[in-house]
Formats: sequence, C-alpha cells, structure tokens
Amino acid sequence: MLKVEFEEDRCKGCELCADACPKHIIIMAEHLNSMGFHPAVVLEQEKCISCGFCARMCPDVVITVRKEEKANGQSALEGK
Amino acid sequence: MGKVLLKGNEALAEAAVRAGCRFFFGYPITPQNEIPHYLAKRLPEVGGVFVQAESEIAAINMVYGAAGSGARVMTSSSGPGISLKQEGISYIAGAELPCVIVNMQRGGPGLGGIQPAQSDYFQAVKGGGHGDYRMLVLAPATIQEMVDLMGKAFALADEYRNPVMILGDGILGQMMEAVELPPEDQQLEIPSKPWATTGAEGRSPNLINSLFLDPLELEKHNLHLQDKYERMNKEVMWENYKTDDAELLLVGYGSAARVAKAVVDQGRERGIKVGLFRPITLFPFPKDALQKASSHANNVLTVEMSSGQLVEDVRYNLEFKVPVHYYGRVGGMVPAARDVLAEVERLVNLKREGKES
Amino acid sequence: MMTVFERPKSLTSAKTHYCPGCTHGIIHRLVAEVIDELGVREKTIGVSPVGCSVLAYNYFNLDMQQAAHGRAPAVATGIKRVHPDKVVFTYQGDGDLASIGTAEIIHAATRGEKFTTIFVNNAIYGMTGGQMAPTTLLEQVSQTSPQGRDPLTQGYPIRMSEMLATIDGAAFIARVSVHNPQEVAKAKKAIKKAFELQLAGKGFTMVEVLSTCPTNWGFTPKEALKWLSEKMIPVYPLGVKKLLEEGGF
Repeated sequence: MLKVEFEEDRCKGCELCADACPKHIIIMAEHLNSMGFHPAVVLEQEKCISCGFCARMCPDVVITVRKEEKANGQSALEGK
Repeated sequence: MGKVLLKGNEALAEAAVRAGCRFFFGYPITPQNEIPHYLAKRLPEVGGVFVQAESEIAAINMVYGAAGSGARVMTSSSGPGISLKQEGISYIAGAELPCVIVNMQRGGPGLGGIQPAQSDYFQAVKGGGHGDYRMLVLAPATIQEMVDLMGKAFALADEYRNPVMILGDGILGQMMEAVELPPEDQQLEIPSKPWATTGAEGRSPNLINSLFLDPLELEKHNLHLQDKYERMNKEVMWENYKTDDAELLLVGYGSAARVAKAVVDQGRERGIKVGLFRPITLFPFPKDALQKASSHANNVLTVEMSSGQLVEDVRYNLEFKVPVHYYGRVGGMVPAARDVLAEVERLVNLKREGKES
Repeated sequence: MMTVFERPKSLTSAKTHYCPGCTHGIIHRLVAEVIDELGVREKTIGVSPVGCSVLAYNYFNLDMQQAAHGRAPAVATGIKRVHPDKVVFTYQGDGDLASIGTAEIIHAATRGEKFTTIFVNNAIYGMTGGQMAPTTLLEQVSQTSPQGRDPLTQGYPIRMSEMLATIDGAAFIARVSVHNPQEVAKAKKAIKKAFELQLAGKGFTMVEVLSTCPTNWGFTPKEALKWLSEKMIPVYPLGVKKLLEEGGF
C-alpha cells in the first residue's frame, strides 16, 4: 500500500498540496488526466512522513494518507 | 358541539390548530394581526411553535424549511406582505412543499389602505411569483366557511404537495359570526412524508430543492407540475344561488359575493331573474359549473372589490358565449347592494329593449 | 498500514464543480469531518445557499434543503423549530449572508436559533462572475468596481463576525482562515466547537472562514492563498469574537 495515494482523475492541478508538503515531494505530472489537468503525484513515497498536510489542503479529496505503524503499535502522527 | 361567536381571523387560527397545524411563522400587518396574536398564545398550548419573523420574506422561508421537514405549517399576511413572499412561494411550489398561506386582502397598490379589497386576485391565481406554477386558491365567504376550508386546505396541501392559499379580505378577517368548530381531538389523516428532511437515518439522504440546471430535467419537472395542476381540477368547489332560471348571472367571491347574494333577492323582488355563481376555488376555476350556471343567462356581471380581475377569468371561462360585464369598487371601498342592483337593472333593461349591452 | 486520512462519510464521492484551488472544497470537507467525528451524520440537515455552493447538496451525504438567496437562516429556523433534536447548519457565501441575507442572519442570531452557520467569505461574488461583495476590500477590482472599490461611492468592507458578536443570542462567533495546513486545523477546531455548542443548546453559532476565489481574483490558487493571508486578514482579523462559557439557553 502507498503512504500517499492520489486519485488522479479527481485532481484539478491546483498545486495546493505541492505547496503544503514539507518534504517537497509532490510534483505535477507531465501528462493530463481525464479532466484535462496536470495531476499531482508523488514519486518518492519513501520520503513521505504521513503528515497529511497535502490532504488537508486538497479541496477535492484526491489524497488518501496512510502511515506505517510502529512496532509497539503507537501512532507516529498526532490527529489531523 | 355548540356554536361560538368568533372574529374571522381568530376562527381561522383556531381552525388551523384543529387541522393539525403546529407551526406558524408570520409578521404583523393589518388586517390580519389577530392571527399571529391568537397563535402566539394558542400554539404553545398544543406543543406547537410560534415565531414572529423579521419580515414576510423570512417568514415564508421559515415555512419552506418547516414544510420541507414534514410539518403542517402556515403563514398569513396581507397585500404588501404577500408581495414580499412571492419568491418564497415560487420556491415552495417548485420544491413541491405543502403549506397554507392566508391573504387577508386590503386596498392597494403599494401601501394602499387597510380597508378590504379583492385586488390580489391575479397575484393569487395567476402565479404572483416567477415561473410556471399555481397555488390552489380557496375563497371563503363566511367565517364558517373559513373554518371548514382551513381543514381542507391542509389536507389538499399535503395531498398535492403544493402551497394552498386562503384568499380572504379585511371584512372576513375582522367580522364576527357564530361558527361551529371541528372537535379539538378530531382524528386527522395526515399522510406520511418520506421525502421530508428529518435526518438521513437508515436511508439515503433526502433533498428539498427547486434547482434543475439541465433544461431537459427542468422541463420534465415543469410538466410534472402541470400534470399536478391538471389533477387538481377535481377539487373545484362553488355555490349556485338561484341560478337555474337566471337571466342575469352575478359572479363574485368572498365578501363581494355576500353583497351579490343580497342583490339576487332584491332583484327577484323586482321581477328580475338574477342568480349568483360563487366560485369557492379560484384555482382551479370551476369552469364547467360556471358554464352550466349561465346556461339561461343573457348577461353576466361580476361583482368585485378590484378594478376588474375576476371578470377576466369569467370571460375566459365562458369562452365569450355570453356578454360579461364588471361592477366593482376599488381602494378599499365595498360595493353597495343598491349600486349593484342599479347596474343589474341597467343591463337587464338594455337587453329587454333589444339594445346591445 | 493505518489510514490517517480519507474521505469523510458525510461527503459524497461526487467530483465538485468548484474551480481548481477553490477553498469551498476544503471547507466542505472540514464540516463533513466534524459531522463524522461527532457521529451525527444521520441526524444532520444542511441548508445550501445561492452562490457557487448552491450545489453543496450534491457533495454532502446528508439531508439537505436548498434555500433562496440570503434566506438560509430563515429556512434553518423552520427546520430546527420542527426538529429541535436534530443538527442543522447553513453554508453561505458573502453575497448570501452579508448582502441580501443580512436581516436573516442577524435575526437568527437575535433569536438564538440553535443552528450553525458556516460563512464562506471570499470578498467577491463567485458564481455570478466576480461582482463586488459587501466584503470586497477597498481598492479591490471587481466587475462592478472596475476602478477598485471606492469608499466614497461604494462604502467599506463589512465585518459580519464582529457585528454578530454583539448579539446576546449568539453563543459562538469565530473567524478563521484556510490558507495553510495549520490554519486549516484551527478552522476545523472552530467548526467543531460551533457544532458542539449547538448540540449543547447554547444558541446561535457561526464560523466565518476567509476563503479564496482564484478565478475572480485573477490569481493562481497558490497566489490566492497568499493574497488572503496578506490582504484579507488585516481587514478581517482572525479569532474568536464571542464565546458563551456559562449560561446560554
């Protein structure tokens, strides 16, 4: 499973997620999605810290964010 | 049950409560203020809600919200306030919501006066608000009839999911007559409203809406509304008074009809066969009954407190088979029986002399 | 892996018609998240306005009523008076609430009507193509203030939250922003507080959310967020304007 997953055909290419990502791993793809926008993508999944800032800023519920659970079952992330 | 002496506005309000109305939203305006006054006291007694809104616009939109939530709800006002409500009424009709709207007509236009009138007829039966819609319009002529029609009004509103207007006037609102009220605990058959917004528990969400951006969709919706108004035709109500052999037929509703009734009797005393056709539903208009009532008449005369509104519908519905004339007073003046009688005699004499009238 | 963010249940899966980067999308989602967290989806009724968000009824997975322009607080009054045990909210833009609907919002607050208003203030009329709003800033260019808003003939921007905070029937009035993830989190907290106070029957609650309109402001979505934080916040300061700690209804 991906840490940060983009439902490409919902994306309107607004770039708010890219701007918000503290790790600067969100880029706008070269290709166009079915709506005619350059969708946001993350290629470097391993750099994602599951902070959820991208999903917080996304107006179109494009992004699902997951995090790896630590061995002791504690979450690494505070609530959104 | 015995009879009680009640003021029209109060009788109407009590009848609404006995018809299951538990929500009233309104604003003060003469000559209907006794309705909110009465309901402000009465509704809390039956676990209902009274809200004096900030305007008639706010009131009709509260009616929209409450009706959309499944309640039996009403508002009341007079000319200027009813004008303010037109957008809201159009929304209510478009969203297919049931409610009762009372108009106690007063002189207009503009601020006009506070004396009775019937100059909101067009506004009531032709639409008033924007778009292709109709209200079912009831026109009582006595306080007893107001009481009886109030019960019907809520039932019709629920059955057709449409606004129903009770078109009264200042006389009916202010006068007092002995009436028999329906029992307080009468069994009401209120239909279920699965379409209402009550919280989407265990079902998919409901939507109260009149917006259809796709014109094909909106056309379909409009045709559905028109079909409903066609089906409403079976609700026509009227009264015939000595029309069987009438050579001159008076047509009037509400308080004007009461004057006309007196003229029928006075005319007959003078050897003129006068009759009165009194529509009780103004929409749907009792066209067939009117045509039947005028079958022996060679003249029709509308009596109304306007510059000539009902007369247009009478001409239209008689399909120009009989000459139709109008007698009216405007600005809050009430037609006097003797003046109507004089006009009746003038028309009858013209006819008897073989002259065109 | 554990999901830390996904679409709230109180939103439908419909793709919205809003412009790219329009903050309506964020705000809709925050309201939906709060409704989910409070567990009240099946007893909530929302009222959508006239404006870009007229179609909000397609995006919220709730019973909805669409209201005439400016009249949502009156419609919400009707709904809440019939169903006092349900959760009711209005979602309105600045034309709807601060122009044609000023009487309705003031009097709903005055009567202490127990519903929540989400007031989306983007200083312009979006749906109708960019006309001046009562909340438009001085010198801001719009279709009906092409030379920039001139106070001499067109007055000054109106601060609804401060005005409504003077009303006793208001239990909670706050102004928030959504121009970065931290502000979005604060906005959500305020919205949650508003709904909680409604559930506690404290009175009228409103959250004014400063928002962008990239299309009619003539900016990219990113630039629009910047303009919001640099230009709008000085005119519309953020913060809680009224909070009824004790008492209320």
